Amino acid sequence: MSDFLVSASFPYCKGCGHRLTACSVVKALEAAGARPLDVVLVTDIGCQGIVDRNFATHTVHGLHGRSTALGAGIAMEVAPGKRVIVFIGDGGATIGLQHLLEMARLNVDMTVVVHNNFVYGMTGGQPSGLTPTGYRTVITPEGNPLPQHDLCRMVHDAGASYVRRVIGQGDFSDVIGEALEVEGFALVEVLELCPGHGAKRNRGLRLRDLAQRTSCEPRVWIGEPRAPFRLERRKGRPSLFDELPSVDVRFASSLEGRMALLVSGSAGEGVQRAAEFLAQAAIACGLHVTKKGSFPVTVGVGFSDVDLILSREPIDYHGVSQPDAVIVASADGLRHNIERIRAMDGGTVWIDAGLEVPQTGAQLRAVDLRGRAGPRSAALYGLMVFARETGVVPPEALAQLVRESDIGDRVPEEVLSG
Amino acid sequence: MPENEPHLVLIDGSRLIVEACAQAGADVYVGYPITPASLIYTYASCRFPSLLPAPDEITVVHWMAGLSAAGRLPVTATSFPGLALMVEGINMAVMMELPMLIVLAMRLGPSTGAATCGGQGELLLLRGLISGGYTLPVFCIADAGDCWQLPPLALQAAVDLRSPVVLLTSKEMVMTQRSFDLDRLAQIAPVKRTFYDSPAPYRSYDPGDGLVPPFLPVGSGEHQVRLTASTHDECGILRPVSDAVLANTRRLQTKIEAGTPVLYELDEQTDAETLVVTYGITAGAAREAVTALRGLGEAVSLLVARTLLPIPDVYCEILDRYSRVVVAEENLEGQLAHLLYGHRRPPGVCRVGGIGRMVRPEQIVREVRGA
Repeated sequence: MSDFLVSASFPYCKGCGHRLTACSVVKALEAAGARPLDVVLVTDIGCQGIVDRNFATHTVHGLHGRSTALGAGIAMEVAPGKRVIVFIGDGGATIGLQHLLEMARLNVDMTVVVHNNFVYGMTGGQPSGLTPTGYRTVITPEGNPLPQHDLCRMVHDAGASYVRRVIGQGDFSDVIGEALEVEGFALVEVLELCPGHGAKRNRGLRLRDLAQRTSCEPRVWIGEPRAPFRLERRKGRPSLFDELPSVDVRFASSLEGRMALLVSGSAGEGVQRAAEFLAQAAIACGLHVTKKGSFPVTVGVGFSDVDLILSREPIDYHGVSQPDAVIVASADGLRHNIERIRAMDGGTVWIDAGLEVPQTGAQLRAVDLRGRAGPRSAALYGLMVFARETGVVPPEALAQLVRESDIGDRVPEEVLSG
Repeated sequence: MPENEPHLVLIDGSRLIVEACAQAGADVYVGYPITPASLIYTYASCRFPSLLPAPDEITVVHWMAGLSAAGRLPVTATSFPGLALMVEGINMAVMMELPMLIVLAMRLGPSTGAATCGGQGELLLLRGLISGGYTLPVFCIADAGDCWQLPPLALQAAVDLRSPVVLLTSKEMVMTQRSFDLDRLAQIAPVKRTFYDSPAPYRSYDPGDGLVPPFLPVGSGEHQVRLTASTHDECGILRPVSDAVLANTRRLQTKIEAGTPVLYELDEQTDAETLVVTYGITAGAAREAVTALRGLGEAVSLLVARTLLPIPDVYCEILDRYSRVVVAEENLEGQLAHLLYGHRRPPGVCRVGGIGRMVRPEQIVREVRGA
């Protein structure tokens, strides 16, 4: 018995092509001079998958259709010189088609052996995406009406280094051996007949004739030479804290207790960034701050708003039911928060002068935010006005943080000094 | 930075989580973008030694499983739609006993719901995630400090238990920024990990005298390693159902129940008859509510659960000490309340919840005072 096997008694039906495929793989490994522990055999759900118990290699038995992705994860990490071989059926290749295409695109260094016997054998012989037109199955007794995927062509087009289709008869270990030698993604599709569900319903069918009739004849596809995928291992990555601006306490705030501030404007107009500057300015005044942003997933259209809490004490809860102060920098911002503004029974709303004034119990301050600062700086300008008129954050603290930032030279000076 | 000077920054929870994972020794991040977990992906792309952008979440979990089988300690972050795609793969990783960390940033559901709105709607899903009722360890971040402290603990638990572990959080934690003193952060010790090291043949699922089998990466040059997602014996060979193989399967639950760290915060007040129970993003509202209530002269205690699954026995002991329990969480029907009490809540137990916005402190205050 081969060193690659712990048992030569394969768990397959009499006449099953899977046995020939397993034997050809074993013979190819022997010919390659590999050691059993240099090989990781990753198998799928399906008849082909239960052969792992026979192998003396490492064995990993995964989920239906996913052995390619699972094997790729292993192949990305195991030491050079180790070979990852994936066994998968035509059903697994169908449900896991994207994995085959993706690993081919990446050119992961692994060898996939597709046991294509045209049916889901374990479940009674239903057709898969690789079942040829006209092939009779348990649910298509008159013949499969649909065309099959040309898996090899697809995997080749996706970028595989080596793809080969072979008729699964006799000894084809030379073909498997050729695939094993490839550095990169290699796939061998082995055409087989399932004795339990295929041969009985397609009596007299010869694999070679079927391959010819359905344009799935044996052939090889060689990909453009390119390096196999290597998982990068970057050492000494800098801490994520290194890039965070450190804020020194160098200003004073007039705030006593706590204040909730709502900044509401349009996505893409710098609302979040403006609020970030105010938050940093508050920190520079020794205050505790939270900044809770809200915006549509499109991020560049519609509203963008921020609930800010500034506090002398640590903040446990960062939600804002009713703000004490509101900046409305655009029509989007007004529309999105109109109900909250109407519900206010105190506080102050600084609103762009071009907007309709809402009914509210808050004090209203119309300011030409957009006209004076432009749309992209309207929210920031609103915060500068807020800072000047309340002293909660000194305007010079806010202005200084903006000037020191990467956008300092893009913000009109009159926004910061006006 | 001079000693005793604070190192103040404006920071979000995602940054703390990723930095903590990296310092703890998590060495590969497998990512698929999804709001609100995408910031974690972005930070991880800068910070982790290895990064793998996957084409979908099914691939994410399978790459993680393969990398974990080969000895790496992988991390990903996702939200409900991504978790849904990962379910079968997480079950596989549980069965294969592969350590990995999945950060789940919850958002408003059902379905794709509202991606930029927070929520706490996945606890019951996590409780039922593993076919057969097996438990996946789930820890939950209650505040910014937890974003730093829990990832290393969760990673260590994943290694110690040979299991996927979920670290639960919410959009409101991973995307909200807050003032934070980095000098507050304790040093993180790298995860301690040992591999099987014996001349005796390796049996992948033989726990010896314990409950967790020693781990050996697939590809070892010394021993054959067998892993399987199907019901198997101690060698990792698929077997028909028998007492022996079912004992191995049952061990999957026993090891989690016995070995999952119990993490919680209990702020008890003498003479209090009411206990507020909460977790995750609602902990902030609960803390404010408890402070407010005490300011009003109400005696009230607070339990913030950090280990959510398996439910620690000590929670039941604590709950039994109170005649009134208010369970606060941001979802429709009360998921932690359901785990603690089942469908039929006993008298004296009430819940505060809601969808589409965070639970407010005043809701909790009202409920507690309504007694």
